[in-house]
Amino acid sequence: MAPYESDDNTNEDLRTGRRKAARYVVPVAVLGVAAATIGLVPAFAGSGDPDLPDITAQQLIEKIAASDVQQLSGTVKISTDLGLPNLGGLENSLGGGMGGGGDDSGSSADPSSKLLELASGTHTLRVASDGEDKQKLSLLDKAAEYSVIHNGDEVWAYDSASNEAYHMKDSSGAAEKGTKGKADDVPATPGELAEEALKAADDTTSVTVDGTAQVAGRDAYKLLIKPKASGSTVGAISIAVDSKTGLPLKFTLTPASGGAAVIDAGFTKVDFSKPAASTFDFSPPKGTKVTEGDEAKAEGKADRAQPKGGEDLGEEFQGLNVIGEGWSSIAQFDTGGEGMPSESSGAGDAGRFLDSLGDHVTGKFGSGTVFSTRLVNALITDDGKVYAGAVTKDALVKAANAAK
Amino acid sequence: MSRAELTEPPAQAAKPAPGTRTPTPLWTLGLLRNELGTTLRRWRTIALLGVLAAVPVLVGIAVKIETSDGSSAGGGGGEGPAFIAQITNNGLFLVFTALAATLPFFLPMAVGVVAGDAIAGEANAGTLRYLLVAPAGRTRLLITKYATTLAFCVIATLVVATSALIVGALLFPLGELTTISGTRISFGEGLGRALLIALAVAASLIGIAALGLFVSTLTNSGIAAMATTVGLLITVQILDQIPQLHAIQPYFFSHYWLSFADLMRDPVYWDDLIRNLQLQGLYAAVFGAAAWARFTAKDITA
Repeated sequence: MAPYESDDNTNEDLRTGRRKAARYVVPVAVLGVAAATIGLVPAFAGSGDPDLPDITAQQLIEKIAASDVQQLSGTVKISTDLGLPNLGGLENSLGGGMGGGGDDSGSSADPSSKLLELASGTHTLRVASDGEDKQKLSLLDKAAEYSVIHNGDEVWAYDSASNEAYHMKDSSGAAEKGTKGKADDVPATPGELAEEALKAADDTTSVTVDGTAQVAGRDAYKLLIKPKASGSTVGAISIAVDSKTGLPLKFTLTPASGGAAVIDAGFTKVDFSKPAASTFDFSPPKGTKVTEGDEAKAEGKADRAQPKGGEDLGEEFQGLNVIGEGWSSIAQFDTGGEGMPSESSGAGDAGRFLDSLGDHVTGKFGSGTVFSTRLVNALITDDGKVYAGAVTKDALVKAANAAK
Repeated sequence: MSRAELTEPPAQAAKPAPGTRTPTPLWTLGLLRNELGTTLRRWRTIALLGVLAAVPVLVGIAVKIETSDGSSAGGGGGEGPAFIAQITNNGLFLVFTALAATLPFFLPMAVGVVAGDAIAGEANAGTLRYLLVAPAGRTRLLITKYATTLAFCVIATLVVATSALIVGALLFPLGELTTISGTRISFGEGLGRALLIALAVAASLIGIAALGLFVSTLTNSGIAAMATTVGLLITVQILDQIPQLHAIQPYFFSHYWLSFADLMRDPVYWDDLIRNLQLQGLYAAVFGAAAWARFTAKDITA
């Protein structure tokens, strides 16, 4: 077709070129619209706090206490950022050890071996409850799920990743241990977290109502809990309470140092209708390895052997003192030993390694090392005393000086 | 072909003499049927599908041998592809395991080969200009090529699922199955969920299909297009594993691929599934439009 073209086609060339380039506007525009949607929609969705009648902090706390939600199902998102390094497998083994239920038997469905998983990162949980004796808590994993199901006098824990189940009969409060006990050990739902926070509330705390918010599509009041005294690493705790049912929907703990929340747990979806009965039915599928709670009891003997070790440890600690009260209380105990090996005490490489993890501090008390996370700081002095608490480094040093 | 052709043929194709050459929808289907036939008859495609069908057989036999002494699959520690521990409970789980095993690499690789070959392969073989001689128009040809690739996504996924279902039924018991949430569903509902999962997996491949098609319009070498697409796939899969990049990872096309497993929860957890579909749609829109911009403005020299 070239012969039909005129020789003088620079103008045409330009136009064609421009037309060619113009086509690329389409994908760029699509990308732009998508980016704008991703960027702007959450910003708009967050605005528009609901209008609710005024309420005092006292009334709101009473509302939480009076809340009696029996039937609900929902999705909870929990993010924890303690500023700990990601320990991965170490954390898991630690969880098994701390549970004391004997992870040695190898049942990954044992509730205690799953607890510490919640201590770091972001997790999605599903909760369902129908009255006193039917509860279910599921931890959603990648392509797997871990569920604890309490139905009547039976407690099942099922780990789909390893296809293992853990079974307990609810006699002498075994269920308490299974579901509620679990919940007590690591408060996972916003309600349990709120309970813990309100327990700590006393004279040293200011409790105020801080406006309203929309959580999981429901209107909620925000309860703001702040330590009055300085020196605490806890900046503020914000609890969103459902205006109708009084159920805490969201729990946020921000550190005094600022930055992202240390704990942020909230419902992303909540439904107060009765969950399907089949939700609480569980019978282990064929081929599933079931660990009976009785076996766990046998392991309990080993468990009982452990406190002895604990006592020994306690003797070594020579008692535990709590300095101060409320938010800035500091736990103090004496390991009775030589303290942490540090470079100055001539322990060589090990000491140098430990020093690199913490900060070296000196004061009237002598010298020691401070290990910090975003919430809890601990001071280990060279003469073997340990001071720990949700307080700042300076407060720890002050307490150590005062104790000297 | 000269540049002048660029501006004129679309005008001709858009405004044919009235009444004489209006392409009917059926005609487009004819082109699609033709494309599908050509693609599926290729030895390369048949070999790819054969490899995909072999994966569930291998997984099934391996699990059968490993568990023949009563031990649980995957070492009991939850290692291996998702759902592998449940295969001994129910053969239907082999479908999910096979899809979980093939989705990270085998399936997208096969799709990458087909998509990368779509335009560049024709150009390479010198047949692209003949395709364009037919009054189909470049846009329609591109859409047909993309539709063929998407059809291949579905076919490839179904090949894996069917093969896994047959092997699972032969080697393991079937019947009521337990969802990963611990509740029980009937075998019929399980089959329904298996089909949904297969469709979710096929939909997960929409993004890489669009990406492959775009790459395919950039070059005249089929091999180069396939290698680039598969290379991009591997790169993104590796980047998706690096924790420091978590801020941008939700925008990788492979990030929500495993979300199909959420269909096995009870009740189904839709959040990630929907996010996956949105992301795949976005990739299809962006790279589909880019492929269109490139292909309709390109000098066809071969």
